[in-house]
Amino acid sequence: MEETILDVRGLRTSFFTDEGEVKAVDGVSFSVPKGKTIGIVGESGSGKSITSLSILRLLAENGKVVDGEVLFKGENILDYSEKQMRGLRGNKISMIFQEPMTSLNPVFTVGQQISESLTTHQGMNKKQAMAKSVDLLKLVGIPSPEKRVTQYPYELSGGMRQRVMIAMALACNPEILVADEPTTALDVTIQAQILGLIKDLQNRLGMSVIFITHDLGVVAETCDYVAVMYAGQVVEYSDVRTLFRRPRHPYTIGLLKSLPRPDADQEKLVPIHGMVPSPFKMPTGCRFAPRCPAATDLCREKLPDLFDDGEGNQVRCWIYDEEWPGPKEVDVFGEERIAKG
Amino acid sequence: MEKKELLKVEGLKQYFPIKGGFFGRTVNHVKAVDDISFTVYEGETVSIVGESGCGKSTTGRAILRLEEPSDGKVYFEGTDLASLSKSEMRKHRKDLQIIFQDPYASINPRQAVSDVLNEAMEIQNVLPRKERRKRIIELLETVGLNGSQADRFPHEFSGGQRQRIGIARALSVNPKLIICDEAVSALDVSIQAQVLNLLDELQEEYGLTYLFISHDLGVVRHISDRVIVMYLGKIMEIGDKKSIFDNPKHPYTKALLSAIPVPDPDREREHIVLRGDVPSPIDPPTGCRFHTRCPFAQDKCRTDVPELKVHDGMREGHEAACHFVEEIESGQLKPNYMETASF
Repeated sequence: MEETILDVRGLRTSFFTDEGEVKAVDGVSFSVPKGKTIGIVGESGSGKSITSLSILRLLAENGKVVDGEVLFKGENILDYSEKQMRGLRGNKISMIFQEPMTSLNPVFTVGQQISESLTTHQGMNKKQAMAKSVDLLKLVGIPSPEKRVTQYPYELSGGMRQRVMIAMALACNPEILVADEPTTALDVTIQAQILGLIKDLQNRLGMSVIFITHDLGVVAETCDYVAVMYAGQVVEYSDVRTLFRRPRHPYTIGLLKSLPRPDADQEKLVPIHGMVPSPFKMPTGCRFAPRCPAATDLCREKLPDLFDDGEGNQVRCWIYDEEWPGPKEVDVFGEERIAKG
Repeated sequence: MEKKELLKVEGLKQYFPIKGGFFGRTVNHVKAVDDISFTVYEGETVSIVGESGCGKSTTGRAILRLEEPSDGKVYFEGTDLASLSKSEMRKHRKDLQIIFQDPYASINPRQAVSDVLNEAMEIQNVLPRKERRKRIIELLETVGLNGSQADRFPHEFSGGQRQRIGIARALSVNPKLIICDEAVSALDVSIQAQVLNLLDELQEEYGLTYLFISHDLGVVRHISDRVIVMYLGKIMEIGDKKSIFDNPKHPYTKALLSAIPVPDPDREREHIVLRGDVPSPIDPPTGCRFHTRCPFAQDKCRTDVPELKVHDGMREGHEAACHFVEEIESGQLKPNYMETASF
């Protein structure tokens, strides 16, 4: 049995706006095994980024975790004081973001910014911290780190900045790295450098990674486990091979069928009809029912639970309920058929 | 069947001046597009693919003269667009339309959808006024929107729907060529597939020709007949889709294709990892533009600009700009470095 380092249970996060409550994350559970990578994949507005911000308690002021637990080594960090949280963030749990330019401070040198977490969390003095910063830049593959450490973010390319972000995140040997679309703003050849780097560092340092992305290619190649999110909920959770070989939720199936593949010729893409529901007007039943070709009255009325197949793979779809009265096979997305169970 | 040349680009250059110094003189140029030539035949989809700064969008804009090209010829049905006066060019704009990446930025938020479409038809004078309303409804339905939405404003639509409005606007003047500049890049996959399928259907129905500019190789593989690979303002490789994806010859194309993560966890892949970053287009490398990152670079690459041509083992129409295609293919030339990674 794998050791679980982070366990997210029934997480609900809402934003309170003038127009009402937006349930951005509505009952998300997953666990992160030690040393493994879990992907959270979904389209815009699925709640994947809000999930990660909720874990680190970095939500905007009108956002609030209204329910659930985030257990880090068994302790619910949602109960932590802000001071305790500060001791955790950037130390045990670090985060890197999509846009390295906006997450780096333009008026401090690279070295000063990396040093900050070292002096804060590790009690180093400035000189030690600067020396360690050079080591970290070397670790993330930045050439002539002694020179780079004195430079400002604007003097670096996008790929270099993302490397600096990673160096900062790794400064205190975190046990979990939360990477929110870390390569989305980068070109493919630079993305390959960064993904290779993250994997290599993970192997060497043994940290767990929570990888948030919309890119199914990145998921397939980097993750061990995947949570697919739709409209604030996890609709499918499984190991990466199962997810791609035998996707079970109609949304996951639809997503894979609408993806133009760089590695194969396809005659026709099969899109998912309609669009994501408005967060102010969520469907009462299954959130995907309005777009699902297999939806029945039951789906439209009642939200399905996550059904577990006994091997740790979960899917939020009525088809997989034992009581499901419908046919064993359901037509989903054209000629393709998905089998029950 | 004889292929008809619709668009022929010859020696196109786009240099943007950099002002600087005390008197704001031009101190240097960004060589965004530097002497490229290609042909687009009627009814086909040609993609230009490359990373940021390779000049793919600039090429599209220069063809339409949204930015005046610095040099070169752009023949559209035999007429050199680059030599036309502005008013003559306007007449030709009817035949060449463009769809942009960001439908939020490219549609006037203060115009109702019907006004957006009407304005395009008005400028190009495509239909008598009385018939336009009917045509607007028709166009909206063609792109999968509801005719009853004609009097709504852009903010009432989602991103995917707005992109459909952008497509409807392009179609409203009955163009022959549509340049799609990252037209589906901002859309989520499930919506992107809807728009890609729509573009497919429209091409079939109206015999449209697309110049499709994209950085997404999955999308390019899906939509293209032929592909142009650009790097730092130059064409590195050009060919039919099959040649480019299954038999790439230029070291840059190979690295680019190898770098894409593939949605198949059963395929354990080693990715070629290129060293370094794309150099600045202000002072691009001499010789082959790719030599600073190329694993196979030789002295010749640092001095001589390679010609885009057919090499041994390449089909007609498949061309690469590399001095050493044959030597690399035969294994005679060994890489100076080979870094790979699995993610």
